[in-house]
Amino acid sequence: MNKVVDTITLSYAQAAAVALSEAMEADSNVIALGEDLGRGGVFGQYRSTDGKPLVAQFGPDRIIDTPISESTIVGAAVGMALSGLRPVVELRVVDFALCAIDELINQAAKNRFMFGGQGRVPLVARMPIGIWSASAAQHSQSLEAWFAHIPGLVVVAPSTPADNYGLLHAALESGDPVIYMEHKELWGSTGPVLPGARVELGKARTVRAGSDITIVSWSKQVLACTEAAETLQAQGISAEVIDLRTIWPWDREAVLESAQRTGRLLVVHEAVQAAGFGAEIAATVAEHTNARVARLGAPRIPVGYAPSLEAVSRIGAAKVAAAAQALLQR
Amino acid sequence: MTDLLSLYRTMVRIRAFEDAAEVASQGGVQAWGLSASAKPALVRGPLHLSTGQEAVAAGVCAHLKPADLLTSTHRGHGHTLAKGADSTKMMCELFGRANGYNKGKGGSMHIADFSVGMLGANGVVAAGLPIAVGAAHALKLRKVDAIAVSFFGDGAINRGPFMESLNWAVVYHLPMLFICEDNQISATTASAPMTAGQGASPRAESLQVPALKVDGNDVEAVSNAAAKLIAEIRAGAGPRLLHAITYRHKGHVSVDPGTYRDPDEVRKALERDPIKRTRQQLEAAGLGAQAAQVEAEARAEIDAALAAAEASPVPEVHEAYQDIVTTGAGVWA
Repeated sequence: MNKVVDTITLSYAQAAAVALSEAMEADSNVIALGEDLGRGGVFGQYRSTDGKPLVAQFGPDRIIDTPISESTIVGAAVGMALSGLRPVVELRVVDFALCAIDELINQAAKNRFMFGGQGRVPLVARMPIGIWSASAAQHSQSLEAWFAHIPGLVVVAPSTPADNYGLLHAALESGDPVIYMEHKELWGSTGPVLPGARVELGKARTVRAGSDITIVSWSKQVLACTEAAETLQAQGISAEVIDLRTIWPWDREAVLESAQRTGRLLVVHEAVQAAGFGAEIAATVAEHTNARVARLGAPRIPVGYAPSLEAVSRIGAAKVAAAAQALLQR
Repeated sequence: MTDLLSLYRTMVRIRAFEDAAEVASQGGVQAWGLSASAKPALVRGPLHLSTGQEAVAAGVCAHLKPADLLTSTHRGHGHTLAKGADSTKMMCELFGRANGYNKGKGGSMHIADFSVGMLGANGVVAAGLPIAVGAAHALKLRKVDAIAVSFFGDGAINRGPFMESLNWAVVYHLPMLFICEDNQISATTASAPMTAGQGASPRAESLQVPALKVDGNDVEAVSNAAAKLIAEIRAGAGPRLLHAITYRHKGHVSVDPGTYRDPDEVRKALERDPIKRTRQQLEAAGLGAQAAQVEAEARAEIDAALAAAEASPVPEVHEAYQDIVTTGAGVWA
């Protein structure tokens, strides 16, 4: 008889903390380092479900509080990874990861190839993306396309607690340098998580089946797309929603199959639309199917502070539904 | 004196390697007012020679064990050889051949031999520092009885990772040796007018990292200072810095004639050539014949490396798609 494992309800932040603590229990070489980890992380993403910082369980040698030295946080993690550890690097927000861009792009991503496969760099660099209410231009960016452009990196953007749990486990097990992009406005969202479950990197999830249009998204905008699909359904439009989950390698098989079937593809992301990753998906679908394609992303402006300005950069369900209707009328 | 002969051997092997690579690189790049030759050079692209700086690599690495870890700079052949790498596999890498250390994927700027703890030269100034500090951190956490070492130039101390890495090594009390191989020039610009204060050692001391400043062209002085600092690090005293003043005999890259330097300065520096000085010491000690034998062996070793490299196969095209990433391998567009 199969052992039945019950799902548990966790927040998006807790789901990652549970995955990390399970990985640390299973492998003493898994460690985490970054600013403020000793207090459980600024978003509570390094706290166990009882609210205690993970450092209480694992000690300061494995949950490492660091100086505000992003270059060396990532550079040291590369050195640690080459020396037998499997570090999880916390960069707090992707905007701060830009202080370590040499270490991420020239060092972590290039090491394995440049040195002819002598070493590998198994590290997971967490750098939350997205608008976080009233945080303005330097704490609100979504830069997944930057990293998807770089050979040697894997790019992940979970949208649910279950995916944050399963994808973080998969990222840690991959042995590759993984850019792990959580969304700052999802930390408190809750959902069912199946302990022990893995989410395979590179596999999309069909959130909602449909036949008139395919909407592809990731991270927080998956929620907006799902809500928009309900609105469209009320208007008699059947929208299929695909959560990409992994930006690179992305699940082109799932996207191409769906777009070919529905004949319409809309890609939605919170990042600036120009040169966003949506352009790559739209171009690929246009090259390989007869589907009509459209993109929806933010205008190419910095995210403003005042609510009226910030709203210009936000996507949300209403804009998704409008973009879908416009595509269907083309 | 046998110790001095051993240090001499390392220096002479490095010099022979650099001289051979320099000759093999001529015509390889179009730069510095020179045009590329019709026939591509055997060593192509930027080749940063450590000619004249051999005493630093030799004096430090004489005190390292195989388990110790090392990162280096774009000028890293000497450190790699001194750490125990094989000159033939190195030369094959410079020639871009499939049996080079990096399968021809990295070349001179990324020379490395992970099997002897040499974790790589680096094309980015100061980039090796945080990597070495992380290696030292891992050694400490994994309770490995070894230290990490990073060679960097005087130009690197003006980049943020230098300060960050010194601070990090102190904060976590790491078994880490910083070595500023100060050749007094940053690419083609004299470092002194670009640098506040007296350089690496006072900056280290301001963060409570004990530092020693030595004549980096005196191999015994380097060796003695390195021995002291490394013994302290192995005893658990925390990070140390060695500031070795030396001089780059050649230009920034092998085809750079270095005409921006005062010829008088260069002439005086050549008189302080570490190999010439050590040779004189050995002769004075009656070891001239042994020194000559070391030189002949080094020449033979490097001649064999050159012949092996030239006879070696170039990488197959499919290798361009190997050793990149495992997740999603096979999809490259």
